[in-house]
Amino acid sequence: MNARRDFFRKTLAGAAVATGATASAPVQARDNLQLSPDALGLLFDSTLCVGCKACVAACKSANNLPPDYNTPAHGLWDVPLDTTAKTFNVIKVFQNGKAEHKDRVEDGYAFSKKSCLHCVDPSCVSACPVSAMTKDPKTGIVGYDPDACIGCRYCVAACPFEVPKFDYDSPRGQIGKCELCRHRIPDGQFAACAEVCPTGATLYGKVADLKVEAKRRLSLKAGDMTRYPRGDLSNGPDRSWEGPVAPYVQHLYGDKELGGTQMMYLSAVPFHNLGMPTLPERSYAAKSESLQHGLYGGLVLPIALFGAMTWVARRNSKNDEHGDGGEQ
Amino acid sequence: MSSHEHAPVGGRLLTPVTFFCVVLFILALAVLGVRFVHGLGSVTHLNDGYPWGIWVVADVVIGSALACGGFAVAALVYIFNKGEYHPLIRPALLASLLGYTLAGVGVLFDLGRYWNFYHIFMPGYASPNSVMFEVAVCISLYIAVLWIEFWPAVLEKFGLADAKKKLVGTMYIFIGLGMVLPMMHQSSLGSLLIVFGHQIHPLWQSMLLPLIYLMTAVLIGYAIVLFESCVAAAGYRRSIETHLLNPLAKVMLGVLAAYLVIRVGDIVARGALATAFQFNLQALFFWLEMVCFALPFYFVGSEAMRRNPANLFLGGLYLLLGGILLRINSFLIGYMPGDNWSYFPSTGELVVTVGLFALKIAAYIIITRRFPVLPREQHAVAA
Ligand code: SF4
Ligand code: SF4
Ligand code: SF4
Repeated sequence: MNARRDFFRKTLAGAAVATGATASAPVQARDNLQLSPDALGLLFDSTLCVGCKACVAACKSANNLPPDYNTPAHGLWDVPLDTTAKTFNVIKVFQNGKAEHKDRVEDGYAFSKKSCLHCVDPSCVSACPVSAMTKDPKTGIVGYDPDACIGCRYCVAACPFEVPKFDYDSPRGQIGKCELCRHRIPDGQFAACAEVCPTGATLYGKVADLKVEAKRRLSLKAGDMTRYPRGDLSNGPDRSWEGPVAPYVQHLYGDKELGGTQMMYLSAVPFHNLGMPTLPERSYAAKSESLQHGLYGGLVLPIALFGAMTWVARRNSKNDEHGDGGEQ
Repeated sequence: MSSHEHAPVGGRLLTPVTFFCVVLFILALAVLGVRFVHGLGSVTHLNDGYPWGIWVVADVVIGSALACGGFAVAALVYIFNKGEYHPLIRPALLASLLGYTLAGVGVLFDLGRYWNFYHIFMPGYASPNSVMFEVAVCISLYIAVLWIEFWPAVLEKFGLADAKKKLVGTMYIFIGLGMVLPMMHQSSLGSLLIVFGHQIHPLWQSMLLPLIYLMTAVLIGYAIVLFESCVAAAGYRRSIETHLLNPLAKVMLGVLAAYLVIRVGDIVARGALATAFQFNLQALFFWLEMVCFALPFYFVGSEAMRRNPANLFLGGLYLLLGGILLRINSFLIGYMPGDNWSYFPSTGELVVTVGLFALKIAAYIIITRRFPVLPREQHAVAA
């Protein structure tokens, strides 16, 4: 009996010390994760995209994906309206009024690419309870492992860009999303969408290089001529061509959004017209994990609480003769 | 004085009510059969915009909150030392046990790759940064704790006094766990939404979500005790324990008042109040939620009103509705995945949710008729 009481006194003392320790240390807010120097990504320049959808087809074949009928003309037409578990990449169009002028809001239109942005601090990875969504520490590619996945779809709900999707039509359905063609890298190949893009609107490369290229374009004068690289910016070969500079919105989308993304966007129409949300710089993953770590870091609070609760419960159930706690 | 303050109600197990409940459950099994052969899409309205439907929100998020009676009453008895509520513990514990166990089973129906579910508990797979990991682990542990906490009733039924005494001697540990685990996962059920960021309407997206969810879980716990006591009394034609429920309602109102101050204060502080006065579905449901949270003050706010059991019942009912609406609102109504998506549960989804609920009711009836769970009737003790 005494031994037990002793045990509790010790538990409680330990818990108190531990609580004191956390209280004195500043709450360990988790900062945004940082971009890896070797991170790979895409730069999508809406002003260069001609809407040919070569990238959509190339993505399908590079990833062995079946046709995806979700347009009304069932069975005849394979034009998915959004990313699905079987379509990792779509080209969308913004239209306004008569939709006659490219890259203009007034009576204009503009194209946008929708595929995984490979967030620097991804919500999907933070959400996944079983590490089926992971971020490669070197390339920063956000990959998916169906053999680990439990199909809870927390990643689907959490992704701020609505990218990953689950296949509800199969009893063994899995998540589908762009993995930056990581399976092609060992063969010396790169993102199929960038490889086939005829204008370089989708450009592949190291994120650091892509950012330099994006900032170069933003500094040019609208109407001037410049060279646009195509394919793989970092490793070549040089397949660039010369074209006119569009009146860019002075913002590289994905530079700072939610701590940055490895696929970034340039556009001549405001980004919200392309369906891109306006986002804070602090990542949602950091917010969520700071809270979790604050409450559960080292299990300090739960253990302290458990110690206190057990101690009180024991004291209160002792003089409770009829209770389940002290029933004879 | 006898230490046996609980007694089986007795009576037939197969009644029209239990029969009907079992039929509903069999229907649910049929729907689940289709789901497991043809996939989630064959019976649900889940889609690429709404990956979570009522199987998550009703069966798990709401179902587990409705099962917080055991936690809420145990807190009163063991932490705040209000021994007079002791007779309410076992019935509340049984409801919690059934609620949580079926919430746990319900998760498996919803998981798209359920055969991998054990990865959550495996080092190497488990990801402690994930809020869902924390929820899953705490709920699983808590289910085990609830079974242990309820076990004395089973041992008592089979007259295993020695075994019971041994178990009861260590019970304070499980009581402690039974406090901490629900506090952890009920708050985390709210935290699940924080990583959704701007996809959750500002009326519900808040860093205080864990506190909001925890407080309402406690409130729902008290409300469900009021509600269940009234229903059990009516169903079994027993007298209502007004002498217990009455002061319980007072405790409940105190917590509710604190909750409303925090909830409204948070909305104002975040500058989200204006969105409550827009003309849209979110604002409408927000007000419905708030009205439900406010109505208990009318029904059980005064001594005179509390004396009428019907008011206790209604006060508990509105509070329940408020807590349920908060959860539906933050997970579904306030979840905004873009304009092109909509979700309303399919018949199949409803059949499964109703079937699980019916199973809980049938089990509750059957167990209280055969096991010493409900408080022994006053006159029966005297006789
Ligand atoms: S865009 Fe979505 S799926 Fe892609 S890394 Fe970011 S959070 Fe994950
Ligand atoms: S669905 Fe799979 S990948 Fe997505 S969060 Fe759940 S376990 Fe992780
Ligand atoms: S990188 Fe590969 S998987 Fe991703 S969109 Fe491009 S082609 Fe598709």
